[in-house]
Amino acid sequence: MDLHLDRISHRYGRVEVLSDISLTIPQGRIVCIVGPSGCGKSTLLRMIGGLERPDQGAVLQQGLAPADCLNPLTFVFQDFALLPWRTVAGNVELVLEDHPLTRTARDRIVADVLARTKLSDFRDALPKQLSGGMKQRVAIARALAVNPAVMLMDEPLSALDAQTRELLMDDLIALWTRAPFTAVYVTHNLAEAVRLGHRIVVLSRRPGRIREVVSIDTPLSDRRAGDPALEAHQARLWQLMRDEAEAADMELSDV
Amino acid sequence: MSELPLTGQGGVRDDARPVSFRGGGFKPVRLRFLGAAVIVALILFVEWGTRAGVISNLTLPRPSDVLGTFRDLWTTGMLWDHLIPSLTRLAVGSALGVSTGIAVGVMIGLFSLARAGLVPLVAAIFPIPKIALLPLFVIWFGIDEGSKYALIAFGTFTPTVVSTYGAVDNVDRTLIRMGQSFGLGWWSIVRKIVLPGALPGILSGLRIGLSIGIILLVAAEMLGARYGIGAYILEAGSLYDLERLFAGVVILSALGVITSGAIGWAERRLLAWRV
Repeated sequence: MDLHLDRISHRYGRVEVLSDISLTIPQGRIVCIVGPSGCGKSTLLRMIGGLERPDQGAVLQQGLAPADCLNPLTFVFQDFALLPWRTVAGNVELVLEDHPLTRTARDRIVADVLARTKLSDFRDALPKQLSGGMKQRVAIARALAVNPAVMLMDEPLSALDAQTRELLMDDLIALWTRAPFTAVYVTHNLAEAVRLGHRIVVLSRRPGRIREVVSIDTPLSDRRAGDPALEAHQARLWQLMRDEAEAADMELSDV
Repeated sequence: MSELPLTGQGGVRDDARPVSFRGGGFKPVRLRFLGAAVIVALILFVEWGTRAGVISNLTLPRPSDVLGTFRDLWTTGMLWDHLIPSLTRLAVGSALGVSTGIAVGVMIGLFSLARAGLVPLVAAIFPIPKIALLPLFVIWFGIDEGSKYALIAFGTFTPTVVSTYGAVDNVDRTLIRMGQSFGLGWWSIVRKIVLPGALPGILSGLRIGLSIGIILLVAAEMLGARYGIGAYILEAGSLYDLERLFAGVVILSALGVITSGAIGWAERRLLAWRV
């Protein structure tokens, strides 16, 4: 299933946040969206996932989601959004409970995704006992449980420290290499974008417009931190963003 | 600056002194027996005062005499004759008030229509001294148990409503968005995200609600009951029997401590997930 964004514009009151965004998200690819803070990238992601309605334009699904897909468009949130009163397994189960699955099928899915995210030993732990990185793993496991057609990741690693981020990036790459998924990955971290993105969409400052789309052809599994080719991409992206970020930083917010 | 070794003890000079600690306080710790100790000390002081004559027998009864009255109540079985009707009234009245309070509070929290329509009404009935309505309740619900249940229910209802809708408002919106983004049904979101998320606020509202319930229980029993703690206290008061009056008051305090303890226990069990 591909996604197509058709000339999306949006304003909050008098403030225009997004302007004329058209973009295709092809199946099996990770599309990163980068941009200075306040450029509307998270808003755009919420529109893709149907949590917000654009003023103009539309988000179109092309083709059908796979039959075993329980929730085609699935979010991974920056602040994890785990239910603190449920265990790790309970949090994953939450998203399966509204689907007509047998007890055994549900247990099998939970066990499978916890194994894939290396969480099997923590299935009965409460979120408060887990580190930030583990919490985000639980959120990723929960997203995988519904077998999404497209993962919508809203700065999933931004709340984590640099080392944990590195480890989780490796985990994401391993997950993608085993079973390629489609993802829209919003971030302000260019290092993440060049490590994980097949395509990197650079948005301008508010109102967000597409400034450039950069494609990186190196396979994800061959990308390493400190790879000169990636560094070059990152430097170029930074050049594109630098002035925008500076200007965005100086703006008074009146929203 | 001379070259100092960066690690080890070599670089300590003569004028070195420890950095003074200034990070203490502002952090409650659980002291188990202090609360009981304060009460015991106060009782011992009154006992000493009444025996030594510092405190006149007309102002305060002797704690040991109160204990004696209490023992009489126990041995004659009168304690249960008074306590059981009171506890029944408290249980039935507050169960009615709390359950409707939570239901209405959740509705206000979830539906704009209920919020717009009911919040002013709740604000209007919250400050009414419910005791003032007792004569009216006697007409509406009858002189016996009905009016007492209604009074306690009404009194526990308003604080429960207010704390419940406040608690629902405070449920983390990102969790609700999460539920929606995974396609959870409306009822699932309410049951699995909104209600558990609001539980801490609901329980602390329950604390206030039940204390008000105890106050109203006594008030209702003072106006028209043969049995019950309130009736017992009223009778003792009109005879100026301070020992019995205080025995009744002690029962009420104990009731307050027990309900607060029970809610504390429920909080520790149900809210163990809190950070």
